[in-house]
Amino acid sequence: MLKLEARPEPSKIWTYGSPVLALLITVLIGAVMFSALGKDPVKGLEMFFWLPIHNAYALGELMVKATPLLIIALGLAVCFRSNVWNIGAEGQYIIGAIFAGGVALLADASSTRWIVLPILLAGVLGGMVWAGITALLRDRFHANEILVSLMLVYVAVQLLSYLVGGPWKDPMGFNFPQTKTFESVTRIPRLFDGSRVSIGALLALFSVAALWVFLFRTRSGFALQVGGLAPAAARYAGFSSRKALWMALLMSGGAAGLAGALEVAGPIGQLTLYVPAGYGFAAIIVAFVGRLHPVGMVFSAILMSMFYIGGEMAQSRLGLTKSLTGVFQGLLLFSLLACDTLVNYRLKWRTRGGA
Amino acid sequence: MESYALLLAATLNAGTVLAIASLGLLINEKVGIVNLGAEGMMLCAAIAGFATVVSTGNDWLGFAAGMGVGALLAAIFGVLVIWLNTNQYATGLALTLFGTGFSAFVGTSFVQAKIPERTSFAVPYLSDIPWFGPALFRHHPLVYVTVLLALALIWFMYRTRNGLVMRSVGESPESAHALGYPVRRIRLLAVVAGGALCGLAGAYLSVIYTPLWVEGMVAGKGWIALALTTFATWRPARVLLGAYLFGGVTMLQFHLQGIGVDVPSQFLSMLPYLATIVVLALISRNPQWIRINMPTSLGKPFYPGA
Amino acid sequence: MTDLQKRALLKAAALTAVASAALVGCGKKEEPAPAPVPAPVASAPAPAPKPEPLKIAFAYVGPVGDGGWTFAHDNGRKALEKEFGDKVVTSFVENVPESADAERVIRDMAGQGNKLIFGTTFGYMEPMLKVAADNAGVKFEHATGYKQADNMRTYDSRTYEGAYMAGVIAGAMTKSNTLGVVASIPIPEVVRNINAFTLGAQSSNPKVKTKVVWVNGWFDPPKETEAATSLINGGADVLFQNTDSPAVLKTAEAKGKRAFGWDSDMTAYGPKAHLASAVINWGPYYIKATKEALDGSWKGGGGQWWGVKEGAIDIVSIAEDVPAETKAKVEEVKKGLADGSFVIWKGPITDNTGKVQVAKDSAADDKFLGGLNFFVKGVEGKVPGAK
Repeated sequence: MLKLEARPEPSKIWTYGSPVLALLITVLIGAVMFSALGKDPVKGLEMFFWLPIHNAYALGELMVKATPLLIIALGLAVCFRSNVWNIGAEGQYIIGAIFAGGVALLADASSTRWIVLPILLAGVLGGMVWAGITALLRDRFHANEILVSLMLVYVAVQLLSYLVGGPWKDPMGFNFPQTKTFESVTRIPRLFDGSRVSIGALLALFSVAALWVFLFRTRSGFALQVGGLAPAAARYAGFSSRKALWMALLMSGGAAGLAGALEVAGPIGQLTLYVPAGYGFAAIIVAFVGRLHPVGMVFSAILMSMFYIGGEMAQSRLGLTKSLTGVFQGLLLFSLLACDTLVNYRLKWRTRGGA
Repeated sequence: MESYALLLAATLNAGTVLAIASLGLLINEKVGIVNLGAEGMMLCAAIAGFATVVSTGNDWLGFAAGMGVGALLAAIFGVLVIWLNTNQYATGLALTLFGTGFSAFVGTSFVQAKIPERTSFAVPYLSDIPWFGPALFRHHPLVYVTVLLALALIWFMYRTRNGLVMRSVGESPESAHALGYPVRRIRLLAVVAGGALCGLAGAYLSVIYTPLWVEGMVAGKGWIALALTTFATWRPARVLLGAYLFGGVTMLQFHLQGIGVDVPSQFLSMLPYLATIVVLALISRNPQWIRINMPTSLGKPFYPGA
Repeated sequence: MTDLQKRALLKAAALTAVASAALVGCGKKEEPAPAPVPAPVASAPAPAPKPEPLKIAFAYVGPVGDGGWTFAHDNGRKALEKEFGDKVVTSFVENVPESADAERVIRDMAGQGNKLIFGTTFGYMEPMLKVAADNAGVKFEHATGYKQADNMRTYDSRTYEGAYMAGVIAGAMTKSNTLGVVASIPIPEVVRNINAFTLGAQSSNPKVKTKVVWVNGWFDPPKETEAATSLINGGADVLFQNTDSPAVLKTAEAKGKRAFGWDSDMTAYGPKAHLASAVINWGPYYIKATKEALDGSWKGGGGQWWGVKEGAIDIVSIAEDVPAETKAKVEEVKKGLADGSFVIWKGPITDNTGKVQVAKDSAADDKFLGGLNFFVKGVEGKVPGAK
């Protein structure tokens, strides 16, 4: 029978091969699902894998979708590597958006273009504040950060609803629960005409590099990771677990808040009830599929965005339901987790007893 | 006065969904496994239960279908985390994501479906007692079953040998393994049982509580059920209490709106979540208390023969 | 990175690239070969080429099967398909969130050759404006909004007329004189509907009062169920809703109270509890808009607000046990709305703080109604977020 046998050291081939295998498995199951639904499987796969990249506009849209996912995932990677489970990135995203929106609302037509900077910084601050609550509760009260951060997501959603339905409502907006459209000076500058890609994409790439340096070249990054992998060893080495906790949560909160600010002062252009787009949760998958590695997460963010956009296309062109996106994403993560065992284990046929 | 009896009744009803799911997750966590896939399991079970009732008209078949689907998904999760030792948190999240998408996908053809008229229940004689009758004795049988379930769980875990074995697996799988117990099989059994209960909760939601199917209808109850197990320091009686408390705060927000309390409705909607955070913080404050009650191996992988 | 790692990475990348290229290659072959050129006919003149069907696209905020708002829009789409047959080709995307994603979907619709695009919820306003600016040849119709452009106009339905007629029935049927409304989001439309419902009820029964509970969402059956339960527990015996699912009606059915269907006919969801359904017929408007697009008379800018008069609003499936004189009253109101002789918002209208909002002998105009921000006397509570 098939048995799992531990490898003496992690297999290099499978470290890179496992995500590819997982993707292939997902594609295969996807093709089967399309056929089962009576749709041409190849056309279906085309929706997900070709259309989102087939021209410059599509690539731009892909970047627009991938940027917030990537930024949040970068922050989450820091957390997960330190064994701090921040599931509430969505809430930090929303509060970041709120803070950023608050600054943007202060602008009027004569404000300087540089207001974009305080807007982004406000977003970072907002996300940090929200994550800080989770950190505080875990630090002082040992409250489980998974649950606290998650509950805070729901609180953040209600807070947004209150602000756009009350104090921040657009007085010219016929009482609809949304703020006024932000002045054009507050908008995040776009990179190219004809596309919605903004400097957010540049910020994301810069953050990738920054994270790489932080994790693999700095002492605190190292300390965080040791704390996550071997807490006892970390304590022995004198790495403060409290410092690690706060650093991880503040960094991921700030990242999520930045993503929120970029969305709200970018493609959306105002605060509405629909700011929460589920990026905080999707970023968790992006982080895992990217193996918590900065470069890997760039690819997984692009892949996840292809799933999102592909799902929309599949619906408008093939009449398939959009929920397929969630199915694919879940399948990908499942397959990846399963294939990852191949990194540390070998599959072998073993017979019991004698020959 | 009458309205408070009805508020209590609504609380018990709302709390039942949470209680069943949370008890299931408790079984999981008692053997040391955290299943973050509660939301996904509940959603798939909800559509399974609803679809079954639509095609057969039988509620109990619907509940069985829900339990079956929950158990199946939990089994897949179990094999991954117990035998392949994949990261429990990530695998659970994958299950939630998959379950959310898959249930929406399967459920598209059921969005407009109707199920046969719901019967109303009343315990004879007891339901006519003024105030207590409407408050306590006019519920669906599952509400009472939930209380029995909690009691049964207490009895099983603390008064039977198998319960002791289960708890020891959760405290120290290595020791249990050394003593010769099939740790992985016990864990799988617990995970599947927990999944079946989450499935029952999901089916109750779509068949009895809000007899409709809508994608995402679990709306976070799976996560709240997870919070409740910690909240209740892994004791079944406290799970019940916590579930009813949460259900009560949920209904309270509408009650307060109805009597004209001048607080913005969004802040009232925040109440259940803020309440959970506050209680969590208070309970976790004493690390000794948590350490005494939390299964030691919670979330950690187990390698037999390591 | 070591050489071994680099090689493995390159192998993996190459494999993926080859796989995707192969898939795409197969995909491209599936496209049909161009239609063969018809052989020239010697004597008979070639028949006039059939005009390309007009491509029409709909963006829905919810699922087609919601039994409420989106379902009503989709029925309108089906009506227009029936009316124009093969002169049109329609398509839709459902569950398009009112966020940045909407712009991409609508832009894709324009890019796919759709010449008439309907956006069925307020939140698509800004995205549609942006796409309209970039696609001058495409006509945009936005429901329930207020911004227009040369190639974009708005349309809406006077849902408050349906609410008023439901109110007439509610006032007659309530025994506890307490009515309950499960309300969605405090926008003017919903406030108008609550007010119209109450005014209608007061015309049958001056003693009624209305309680309102907000679920802060359009479509959330579990929350709607809880809100409805809470209203019933608070003494309401007739429920009304401005949310999009049948949950409120089902709750009323389970608890032995009465309720109304909203947006679409919801009788089947609660046969015993159902009193009537205030429905929206988008068909007539969609047919008119398509006709204008087909014959070239479509003009942008401006907004249409259709009600009973144009066949967009109706109250249907009135329950058997509603007394005959109430049914007659509803018919009278309907006729009056259809020929313009009945005005719902005629003064004096006092709000629930005692202030007179519409003076005696005058009537509220559309502009006033557009920004409605108060509750009439008889409704409990304040409009959330009202300044």
